[in-house]
Amino acid sequence: MIRIKVGTATCGNAAGAQKVFDKFKELSLNDKDISLEETGCIGMCYVEPIAEVAVSGEKYLYGPVDEKIAELIFQDHVKGGKPVEKYVLSNTSNEYKFNKQRRIVLRNTGVIDPEKIDDYLARDGYNGLKKALAKKPEEVIQIVLDSGLRGRGGAGFPTGMKWKFANSSKNDKKYVICNADEGDPGAFMDRSVLEGDPHSVLEGMLICGYAIGANEGYVYCRAEYPLAIKRLIDAIKQAKERNLIGDNILGSNFSFDIHIKEGAGAFVCGEETALMASVEGKRGMPRLRPPFPAVSGLWTKPTNINNVETFACVGYILSNGAESFNKYGTEKSKGTKVFALAGKINNGGLVEVEMGIPLREVIYDIGGGIKDGKKFKAVQMGGPSGGCIPEHLLDTKVDYESLMATGAIVGSGGMVVLDEDSCMVDVARYFLNFTQNESCGKCAFCRIGTKRMLEILNKICDGKGEESDIADLMDLAAKIKNSSLCALGQTAPNPVLTTLKYFEDEYVAHIKDKKCPAGVCTALINFTINDKCIGCQLCKKVCPVAAISGSAKVKHQIDQDVCIKCGACYKACKISAIDKK
Amino acid sequence: MIILINLLNMDKIMDNDKNKIKSIIDEYSGSKGALIPILQKTQATFGYLSEESMTIIAEALNISSSDVYGVATFFAQFRFTPVGKYVIRVCHGTACHVGGVKILDAMLKSKIGIKNGETTKDGLFTIQEVACLGCCSLAPVVMINDTTYGKLTNEKLGKIIDTYVQAEKEGKTL
Ligand SMILES: Cc1cc2nc3c(=O)[nH]c(=O)nc-3n(C[C@H](O)[C@H](O)[C@H](O)COP(=O)(O)O)c2cc1C
Ligand code: FES
Repeated sequence: MIRIKVGTATCGNAAGAQKVFDKFKELSLNDKDISLEETGCIGMCYVEPIAEVAVSGEKYLYGPVDEKIAELIFQDHVKGGKPVEKYVLSNTSNEYKFNKQRRIVLRNTGVIDPEKIDDYLARDGYNGLKKALAKKPEEVIQIVLDSGLRGRGGAGFPTGMKWKFANSSKNDKKYVICNADEGDPGAFMDRSVLEGDPHSVLEGMLICGYAIGANEGYVYCRAEYPLAIKRLIDAIKQAKERNLIGDNILGSNFSFDIHIKEGAGAFVCGEETALMASVEGKRGMPRLRPPFPAVSGLWTKPTNINNVETFACVGYILSNGAESFNKYGTEKSKGTKVFALAGKINNGGLVEVEMGIPLREVIYDIGGGIKDGKKFKAVQMGGPSGGCIPEHLLDTKVDYESLMATGAIVGSGGMVVLDEDSCMVDVARYFLNFTQNESCGKCAFCRIGTKRMLEILNKICDGKGEESDIADLMDLAAKIKNSSLCALGQTAPNPVLTTLKYFEDEYVAHIKDKKCPAGVCTALINFTINDKCIGCQLCKKVCPVAAISGSAKVKHQIDQDVCIKCGACYKACKISAIDKK
Repeated sequence: MIILINLLNMDKIMDNDKNKIKSIIDEYSGSKGALIPILQKTQATFGYLSEESMTIIAEALNISSSDVYGVATFFAQFRFTPVGKYVIRVCHGTACHVGGVKILDAMLKSKIGIKNGETTKDGLFTIQEVACLGCCSLAPVVMINDTTYGKLTNEKLGKIIDTYVQAEKEGKTL
């Protein structure tokens, strides 16, 4: 039997995986010796679409594959037995090795067919649940405590502790919620796990339900992830057929049901109290804690809420023991963490590393360094609640405490790499615009304070900054942090504070010299065509707003009134005939 | 005369719509926290939430229509005007922001002639700005209805739009 697998997660499909899948399907249509399967994302988004061919246990990973290459692979390798070396990414008869990575959460994504529960079961799936059911709930909680697992949704609270609180709340009804809202722009590990290994999340929720004494759970998934929702629905159905969800699970006294709630597009609903309000059908506004969800949560019942990645670790921990997890990582940050590499980095995608690895190794050894030979400027971590880490801090260890010390956070694990072409004031403005839009409006400082900060940043980017602006920003930042109820407001100023801390010179250049050193802020730059122009018309073709005029072989001109300063012409010109000033 | 016929037709459509909304509400009868799923299903059926539909929902759930409206306006997903057949969600997330979505966005808007939140006159496209579609390493990313497109350039996106336009001419739906 020859197995062909194509990675058809959303990212794979966005790169054209469905066409590759269809091609293989067409080619193998009447061949009973070939099984064609779909799988999730193996994390190497930079070489998608990815396909794997396995002949008698020897696996070959190919990418990027298009329809033509698929045909070639089919003829030469599947039919001819000769791998097409040129497109081989990796080959093994065992598990793939990823340089400097350690995969626990991503143990199955990109390996199994997420729509087949048997694939999950064959890889130790639901073994953690079986082991848990043979123990007392308190023993299960002790194992999670011993593992050192901390919440992967951002705050890093010890998971076992949370379960303990929920367990000790006395009530006839309790809930488990899986937070799959993943609103942090730049993070996509939860999507990948839900699409590629949905059962691992369900298993974690089941174990949690058993440990805290709950019999009902909700997955709150954002509506932007239709494939994840589909896979979850399928997985729940299959698990029910096997008596892994439902009444008297695996013959025990434990019963548990799981529902799916679709988010409706509000970043603040990732915050746990807002999320629960929204599940109850209300406006998603955070409320004051205490009482914590473990005491009074969904419909005022004790509730335990964890992130997707947190739950995905739990089955593994129960199956393999606390030590299989806590042997990795640092003293206070145990285990592994998934990071989403994006931005100006060569090997963008998902990576899972031991906690404590230096940032430099993630970006250079795993991520392959900066795109197009450009210079590294900063890495943005933790999204709108996080900050930008500059080059001189690249040896910072990736763990909760060390990152916090820089002003950034581990957050949900988004790493957006910025190069010399990124303007740090613009980045700060980008995040403030985001949080300002997403503020629910409950707290005055979060609602109005972020608006005032955004206005100041807009002014600076427009070349109208004044010297007092930096002090005003700092002042507002401190007040917003102190006077907001939830972490959205409390952390909203972080992107501004870290850029001010490490890149104050860029702010000064905008304010004093009215210059944007990176050439991003449109009010401060102009594009003009110089005498090198040979009238090749390339720039004219790429201009999205038809601001460039000129006949062939004659020097072109840019109409400054029409130009939106997008820089498309500047990028397209092959002979440096366009000046950016 | 023509006006009268139109009015009669309207009434029929309304009745039909009312029944559709009622059957959506029935689907969720007895389940807790049903308001948002009902609004989502109603929007999926009609493309947007009309004032009438929200009133019907409020009455059926025995809550005030201002409560329904309050919830609906809180969430970015809900729309109160009809949308085009294809909703183009343009990602303005961090990676897409630094990955040059600005150029793409400008091209798209000038190509189909509408701004963010607007719908083309022929009712084919609506543009909606969103923050992160979860394919950040393929930035810039655009989603058309449920299909995601990554690693876009002006040329690639232009061609994709053309295929939708072409399909429409041939009476097909992508
Ligand atoms: C504004 C805001 C957005 C949040 N978004 C998310 C999210 O998308 N996913 C998530 O798991 N946690 C999010 N959180 C954190 C949750 O409130 C909560 O801490 C987390 O779900 C707990 O799970 P954990 O202990 O497994 O991390 C957010 C918090 C805030 C303040
Ligand atoms: S930032 Fe655009 S997909 Fe995430």
